[in-house]
Amino acid sequence: MVWMNPARKRTVRLVVALSAAVVLASALIYTSFSAASPALSPSQLVRQAQPGRSYQLTGKVVDGSVRHVGNTLDFSVADRAGATTIPVAYTGTVPDPFREGREVIVTVDKQDGRFVGERDSLITKCPSKYKAAPAGEKQNY
Amino acid sequence: MAVLGRICLLLALIVCVYGVGASLYGVRSGRTEFSDSGRRAVYALAIVLTAAFAVLELAFLRNDFAFNTVADTSSRTTPTFYRAAAVWSSQEGSLLLWAWLLSLWSSLALFLVRRRMRDVAAYATAILLGFGGFFIALMIFYATPFATTSPAPAEGVGLDPLLRFPTMMIHPPMLYSGYTLCTIPLAFAMGALLARRVDADWIRATRRFAFAAWLFLGVGILLGARWSYSELGWGGYWGWDAVENASLMPWLTGTAFLHSLMIQEKRGMLKVWNVSLVLATGTLAIMGTFLVRSGVLNSIHAFGGATLGVPFVALIGVLVAGSIYLVVSRRDMLRSEHRLDSMLSRESIFLANNVVLVALCFVIFWGTYFPLISEAFTGNEASVGPPWFDRYTVPLALLLVLLSGIGPVIAWRRATLANARRNFVAPLLSALVVLVVLLAAGVSQKPFALAMFCCAAFVLGAVGQEFVRGTIARRAIAGEAPPVALLALVRRNRRRYGGYIVHIGIAVLFVGVAASSSFQHAVEQRLSPGSSARVGAYTLRYVRPTATVTPKNDAAHTGSTLSLGAVVDVSKHGHHVATLRPSEGFYDSGEPAQGSVGHLIGGQAVSHISMSGGLTRDVWTAIAPDISAPALARIVTVGNRTLPADEAVVALGFLARAYLKNPPPAQFHFIVSPLVMWIWLGGLIVFGGGLIAIWPAPSAVRRRVAMRWRARSAHGLARA
Repeated sequence: MVWMNPARKRTVRLVVALSAAVVLASALIYTSFSAASPALSPSQLVRQAQPGRSYQLTGKVVDGSVRHVGNTLDFSVADRAGATTIPVAYTGTVPDPFREGREVIVTVDKQDGRFVGERDSLITKCPSKYKAAPAGEKQNY
Repeated sequence: MAVLGRICLLLALIVCVYGVGASLYGVRSGRTEFSDSGRRAVYALAIVLTAAFAVLELAFLRNDFAFNTVADTSSRTTPTFYRAAAVWSSQEGSLLLWAWLLSLWSSLALFLVRRRMRDVAAYATAILLGFGGFFIALMIFYATPFATTSPAPAEGVGLDPLLRFPTMMIHPPMLYSGYTLCTIPLAFAMGALLARRVDADWIRATRRFAFAAWLFLGVGILLGARWSYSELGWGGYWGWDAVENASLMPWLTGTAFLHSLMIQEKRGMLKVWNVSLVLATGTLAIMGTFLVRSGVLNSIHAFGGATLGVPFVALIGVLVAGSIYLVVSRRDMLRSEHRLDSMLSRESIFLANNVVLVALCFVIFWGTYFPLISEAFTGNEASVGPPWFDRYTVPLALLLVLLSGIGPVIAWRRATLANARRNFVAPLLSALVVLVVLLAAGVSQKPFALAMFCCAAFVLGAVGQEFVRGTIARRAIAGEAPPVALLALVRRNRRRYGGYIVHIGIAVLFVGVAASSSFQHAVEQRLSPGSSARVGAYTLRYVRPTATVTPKNDAAHTGSTLSLGAVVDVSKHGHHVATLRPSEGFYDSGEPAQGSVGHLIGGQAVSHISMSGGLTRDVWTAIAPDISAPALARIVTVGNRTLPADEAVVALGFLARAYLKNPPPAQFHFIVSPLVMWIWLGGLIVFGGGLIAIWPAPSAVRRRVAMRWRARSAHGLARA
């Protein structure tokens, strides 16, 4: 590198640094697409589920479907419209706001024809926290 | 009262519009009386918004349920402390808090530069008032905190029980202070570019605010982590949730800026980079605010049913486009005065630290917004989980901690072999000692944690060496005793040694993170009284159930109606360690449809965890009692049928007694986690170091006071 003039040296350095950044960024982007789990509603999941792949199931916990069996929590998740329901066997942390009728997100995969929740992946969308009044309601100036 | 609030908001909007116009006209036409008037508009805004905030706060304290936001987030049964904090638990209230804090911090910043850099300050005034006007317009047209219902409901919904946690009082104001403070350097940077004054003045004027933003944001993030650890019944402190990430991103770019600005001050380099970092930090802060309110990403922290997406996207678009235009059009002024002399110098280490921080920010940005990115490219919404984040952030964090040890000891411009020998022996030795000790102790199965411990030891060695050398040097010069010399050293170079203390705190914090995430034992088990579970080296025994009917005051005074729990005995190798009392609080849902008894316990259920915390480990317990067990459910059903509303509490007494007599098995969550305390301690050290660094040097204050006194007496003399 001694024979290079400073400007040339800087350019080389810049090119090396930029290519390293590009390589790293492509790795990042590639892995994010391969590692991501698609978010699906129950009806979409029924149509698309392939064994061995994980999905983020989003929907409402069906009333009367929650049961504790040993350390497993069984519950069903329904579409917002309520047409399709999917039973899920889940183990791990259950967030406080979890209850029937709440919107939940849980990562599941299909094992032997049934859906098993990934450990500790259950998230509850809490409707009452930070509740925003629906627009147009209760606004009488 | 609500009318007064609405008038305040309208006044505030008028003040903003006037202020933007006055300061822009003033700086364009060179008539300083107009830009001065624009600055005073910021003070006026602060006063008007203080009044608006006071109106809302009073409404909460007086239980004025005519205010929709009070009825939605507070109630008579909500304890006073949490009623006061409920103001910022709603979308509208938090917008008001944002605007109010913005007006206060802007007033302070503009007051401090009132006699300097007039044209830069005038542009900054216009930009800050623009932000203020944006938020006030949102409150007037989209989500007004002063909407009312008539007749007023007799009782409110109550503050969400999850938010009834002491830090609720300070976490949001801290975080929002951080966010709003991020916009001040942004406004001054834009002002400097607009006024074509890109010397070091604007950096000097806003350095302290950038630092304060960084500090407040950091403390806010840590308080949020603490809340998550002790209130969510989950036992974790960080989950790569979208809203958590949103607050971390500006903090990372802010950290990068605080380092690279030193290079600009010392060597006149990296000007484009610094301006870009400041603009990015401010924009990311606004994006963070947007993320919580737009409902575009799923998060447990987001405001439900939020609808403010479109205006925020417009604001962010303007900010990004404006930033790019300004930097590109002024690039000639932003030329570096020097070149990097060597790859082994403090400048290049700082540069490396910047690259790592920005890379971290990019990783987190990509992961956070991935659901949107994936939807745009594949049509399917998909998200990446914590393992994906960990894969990239763990190595980057290691590198970052290592650099935070090298930075303080490497020489400026060009490091020589002699410099290396003088400065690197002690830090390397301490890292080596830690490595040998840990390997001898058998900690080798977690290479990343091991590497983090060694890096942290390196940092402590490097920073410790700086303190020791400085103290010895002061002793030699002033002949002071070591503690006095140390204090004098820190007091004379607040920024430098405060910064070093921050590095110590970060190292301690990361040791806590590495240890607790790598060597944690967690167990979920259903237990009946008398049975026990083994968690790591500990045995946890469910001794007996507890039940309290608490219509007024529960132990933590959060306003739950019933709490069911357990006494848990913790022992290690047969020796008693601690007695823990986790419980779950049940809250009134306020819904008559659930029956006179049912509604009393039909609301949110919240874990009150119990833990034995220590420097070396935390034993953390949470319980989820089975309140819908048949025997208990029967009492509720019978009560619903027979008891009128005012006597329904009696049934809770029966329920508690039945639970104590025949406790159904309860679900327990036990965690034994080493060194969690180090995270909070590290945070405290960072906070302390930050305060030292940010505090005005005593000499500077004295000099200013003395100068003013001299000026005044000269003025007096002139008149005489």
